[in-house]
Amino acid sequence: MVNFTVDGKNISAPKGTMLLEAIRSAGISIPTLCAHEAVSRSGACRLCVVEIKKGNRTRIVTSCLYAAEEGLIVNTKSDRVLNVRRLVMELLLARCPGSDVIQKMAKEMGIEPQTRFTVDTDKGKCILCRSCVRVCEEIVGVSAIGLFSRGPHKTVGTPYNEKSDVCIGCGACVYVCPTGHIEMTSTGDKRKIWGRTFKMQACTKCGKFFAPVDQLKFISKKTGASLNELTVCTECR
Amino acid sequence: MTKAMSIAAKTKQIVKKHGGDKSGMIAVLQDIQEAFNYLPKEALKTAAKAMNVPFSRVYEAATFYTAFSLKPRGKNVVKICMGTACHVRGAAVLQDKFERTLGIKPGETTKDKKFSLETVNCVGACALGPVVVINADYHGQVTMKKIDKIIDNINKEGA
Repeated sequence: MVNFTVDGKNISAPKGTMLLEAIRSAGISIPTLCAHEAVSRSGACRLCVVEIKKGNRTRIVTSCLYAAEEGLIVNTKSDRVLNVRRLVMELLLARCPGSDVIQKMAKEMGIEPQTRFTVDTDKGKCILCRSCVRVCEEIVGVSAIGLFSRGPHKTVGTPYNEKSDVCIGCGACVYVCPTGHIEMTSTGDKRKIWGRTFKMQACTKCGKFFAPVDQLKFISKKTGASLNELTVCTECR
Repeated sequence: MTKAMSIAAKTKQIVKKHGGDKSGMIAVLQDIQEAFNYLPKEALKTAAKAMNVPFSRVYEAATFYTAFSLKPRGKNVVKICMGTACHVRGAAVLQDKFERTLGIKPGETTKDKKFSLETVNCVGACALGPVVVINADYHGQVTMKKIDKIIDNINKEGA
């Protein structure tokens, strides 16, 4: 266990715990977009910044990637922290003006669109946090999507923007996306995602379309469970 | 042997040369580009499979580095240095001249597949500015007159 202070409060956490988790479990809230329980931390959204003090020096760090240390003095609401967070939020707002999640967060923090940042119209709601790419690699294990090009041209997608032959249509990327950038539409026995249409499996008991056939085949191949077992939806199982 | 097959075979050979795993990915991509003058989709797919890396990861690397081209390029790749030193010594005028002479914009290739035009940010030869790199040859203190000569020479060699 390591002991440290957050906003004047004494906190102890198991060694190796990241500041974000330790601080949140102590009941202090920190805004984040890219920290999703399902995927590893990446420090991409930069909203979780806190100020840490070691000796006489203070630093701004992303709390989701900074492990708790003995004797650390953490400030989550100092002027410096709030300043940085405000700037990050202003930039996110300029990049994704159409995202209701970001709009809501900005409103709560009292942030208005800034005229000094040109508003993007071609970026959609994507903040390039890589959560979708990570879930596809770490949890699903197919790595169908990635972040391509760089700088202002960086976009999320499938290679060559073509229909991916490894995507199983599971929609995990849609689930972890903090801003709702990835489009997935389901109508009847069809699901459309990343430009590809997947055939949905109807539950053999209740008849509800519950998962793409390709996903069930993938699960069957990975776990060895027979496909017949998997064609019953989780509610009927 | 079809063209697609020869690309796959050559790519496999390149991957093998670099140890066959993902640690040599950049070197593999460089060699593929050297062999085909660009990165063909077929080669990227084959390389991903051979290195046991997801195709999306290989495509990420290929699109990240500006030195890699995903489009077929001409036999001669003209790179005009646009670094600060070259810029103040008139690289923009040289670019204009190349564009007019070859009839293409940066990132494009002539119809006869002889020339491709690219702009780069700095080639590290600032004292020679303005610099134009054609294939592996560095041309320093390039002037409008020199450009005609250089292009003439290449055309002669090719003929």
